[in-house]
Amino acid sequence: MNEGTLNLLVGLAMGLNLLALGSSRLPALIRTVAAQGVVLGVMPLLIEHETLDWRVAAVAMATIAGKGVVIPWLLRRAMRAANIEREIEPFVGYVPSLLLGAGGTIAAVGLARALPLLPEHSGSLLVPGAMASVLTGFLLLIGRVKAISQVCGYLILENGIYLFGLLLIHSTPLLVESGILLDVTVGVFVIGIIVDRIQRAFDSLDTRKLTTLRE
Amino acid sequence: MISLCLILVPLAGALLAAAWREDRTRPLWLPIFGVIHAGLAAALFLNPPAVAAESWFGFDPLARAVLPAVSLLFLVCSAYAVPYLRLRAERPNRVFVALLLTVLGLLSAGHQARHLGLLWVATEAVTLAAVPLLHFNGTPRAFEATWKYLLVGGTGIALSLLGSFCLGYASLHGGGRGDLTFAALTAQGAGLSRPWVLTAWVLLLVGYGTKMGLAPMHTWKPDAYGQAPGIVGALLAGGVTTVAFTAILRVRSVVGAAGEGPVADRTLLLLGLFSMGVAALFLLGTRDFKRMLAYSSVEHMGILGLGAALGGPGVAAALFHVWSNGLTKGALFLSAGNLHRAAGEPTMDAARGMARLTPRSAAIFVAGMFAITALPPFAPFFSELQVVRAGLAAGHGLAVAAFLGCLLLAFLGLTRVVFGVVDGRPRPANVHHARRFRETAAVIAPPLVLLGLSLALGLFTPAILRESWLAAVRQLFPTP
Repeated sequence: MNEGTLNLLVGLAMGLNLLALGSSRLPALIRTVAAQGVVLGVMPLLIEHETLDWRVAAVAMATIAGKGVVIPWLLRRAMRAANIEREIEPFVGYVPSLLLGAGGTIAAVGLARALPLLPEHSGSLLVPGAMASVLTGFLLLIGRVKAISQVCGYLILENGIYLFGLLLIHSTPLLVESGILLDVTVGVFVIGIIVDRIQRAFDSLDTRKLTTLRE
Repeated sequence: MISLCLILVPLAGALLAAAWREDRTRPLWLPIFGVIHAGLAAALFLNPPAVAAESWFGFDPLARAVLPAVSLLFLVCSAYAVPYLRLRAERPNRVFVALLLTVLGLLSAGHQARHLGLLWVATEAVTLAAVPLLHFNGTPRAFEATWKYLLVGGTGIALSLLGSFCLGYASLHGGGRGDLTFAALTAQGAGLSRPWVLTAWVLLLVGYGTKMGLAPMHTWKPDAYGQAPGIVGALLAGGVTTVAFTAILRVRSVVGAAGEGPVADRTLLLLGLFSMGVAALFLLGTRDFKRMLAYSSVEHMGILGLGAALGGPGVAAALFHVWSNGLTKGALFLSAGNLHRAAGEPTMDAARGMARLTPRSAAIFVAGMFAITALPPFAPFFSELQVVRAGLAAGHGLAVAAFLGCLLLAFLGLTRVVFGVVDGRPRPANVHHARRFRETAAVIAPPLVLLGLSLALGLFTPAILRESWLAAVRQLFPTP
C-alpha cells in the first residue's frame, strides 16, 4: 500500500549513508545519524496493516526518541567535552570512502537480487538498504580514528540491522523488539561513558593513541 | 519455576548489593547468592524439569549440561572476590559487586534461552554488564582494553542479530510464521529457505564466534583479560564464552535440521583449527602471563569449535571440555591474579622468581598450567582425548594431527612464560611489592578448590554428568 513511500524513505536513508561517509565535521556526522534515526523510526508506521497497531506505534516512537534525540544528544555532549570539531587524517580518506560506499550500495542492490525474497518484498528496497547501511557502518568503524566517528559508524551498522528487522516486524514479538531496542540504547550509553573516560585518561579521543596493548 | 529463579535470584541480589550502603560488607553478598544459585542449579541438575517444546526459557538438556559448571565456577570465584575486594579497599565496589551478580543472572538467562531473539538480548546484556568489570582498575590501559572490547564485541553481537533476523526470514520464506524459537525452527527443518539459512549461519557464527573469542575475531580477548581483575577473567573465560558456545550449538542444530549440517561442520572445523593455530603462535610470542591466559582461552575455544564439528561424540566431548576448561582456567586466572598482586606487573620482564615470594600461588599456577596443557589425571586430558577419538572416528585424521601439533606448540609457549615468571631470583621491585601481599588461606583456597575439581573431574567423571552431556547431544541431534 505504502510501498512507494517506504522505498522513498529507505532511499533517503541510503543517501544519508553517503552523506555520513563524506562529512568531515563531527556535528554534521552526528546530525546525519540523527536524521537517519528519525527516518528509520517512521518506517514501521508505513508498513502495510489494516489498523495502526499500538505496539508498532510504540516501537516507532521509542526508535525516534532513542535514535533521533537521546543518542545524538549524548554524542554531542561527548564531542563538546572533548572539544573536537572535525575528523583530521582518517585512515581512509573521504573520497575513497565515498567511492567505496557508492560501490557498496550498488553491489548491495545486486546482491539483494540474488537472494530469494518473498513476493511481497521483491519490490522493496529494505534488503539492499540494510546491506548498504551495514557496509557504511563498517567503513566508518574501520576508516575513522576519532572515537565519536566510530560510534556513529556503529550506529549506522545498527540501523542497517534495524532495516532488515522491519521485514520481520509482524512475526517478532514485542517483548523481543523492545529488548533489542533497550539493549541498543543502553549500549550507546555505555559507549558514551567509556568515550568520556578515554577522553579523561588520554586527554584525546584519537583512537590511534590506544596502542599500548599489543603483542 | 525454579529455572526462572536461576535468573531472577541473582538479579534481585544485584539490586540488593546496589542498595547496600557499606563497601566493606557488600562483597559478602557474592558468596551468599553464589551458594543459592549453585543450590538451585544442583537441584535442577538432579531433577531436570520437563520443558515444553514451545517455551522461550527452560532448563533443557543443553542448559543442564553446562549451566551447573558456570554456577560452580561463579561460586568459587565469589569466595575469592571477598578477600580480593578487601585488598582493593581503595576502590568503591558497589558497581562491581552488583554487576557480577547481574552477569550471573544474565548468563543463566542466556544458557536457558530457547528463543533466538531472547538469546541475543541476554548475550548483548551480558556483554554490556561486563564493561565496568573490565575497567575496574581505572587505568588508561584498562580503558583502552574496554574500548576495544566494546567495539569488537559490539560489532560481533550486532552481526549475530542480523544473523538471527536472517534465520527468521528463512522461516518466513519457507512458508513458516517467522517464529524464532529453536524448537519451531528445527521443526520446520528442510522447509527453511537454504540460501537464507547459510547467510544466517555465517553471520551467527561470526557474531557468536566473536563473543566466544574464535580467531580471527579474538582480538579483544588478550587486551580485556590482560587488564581485567583475575576473577573477571575467570568468569569471562568460563562463563560468557560458554553462552556463546551453546548459542552456536543451538544454531548448528537448526542448520543441521535444514539439511546444511555438513557445511556448518566444515566451517566450524576450519575456524576451530585456525583459532588453535593462531593462539599457539601468539603463545610462543607473548611475555605477559595474563595475556597468555587469554591466548590459551582462544586455543580452548578452538578445541570446542573442533569438537562441535565432529558430530554427536564430538559435541559430547566439547561439553566435557566446557567443564574441564572452565574449572582449570578458573584456577589459573585466580592464581595469576595472586601473582599479579604480589609482583606488581604481569610480564616476564618485570616479574621473576615468584616461587620464592608466593610459593603457594606459584605452585597452583604451575600445576594449573600442566592441567590445561592436558597432563594426565586432570580433566582437560580426558576431554581432549575424547575430541581426538571423535575426530579419528569421523575420519578427520589430518585435523587431529593439526590439533595435536597446536597443543604441542601451545605447551611450549605456556611453559616458557610460566617458568619465566616462577623461576629464578626475584627482582627487588617484586620483593618490595610482595611484602604488601600475604598468601592467606582466603586467596589460596579458591584456586586450589578449582584445581582439585579439575583433578576429580578427570579421575572419576560422575556418570550422571556423562549422561547429561549425552542427553544434550540427543537434544541437538534428534534421530528421526
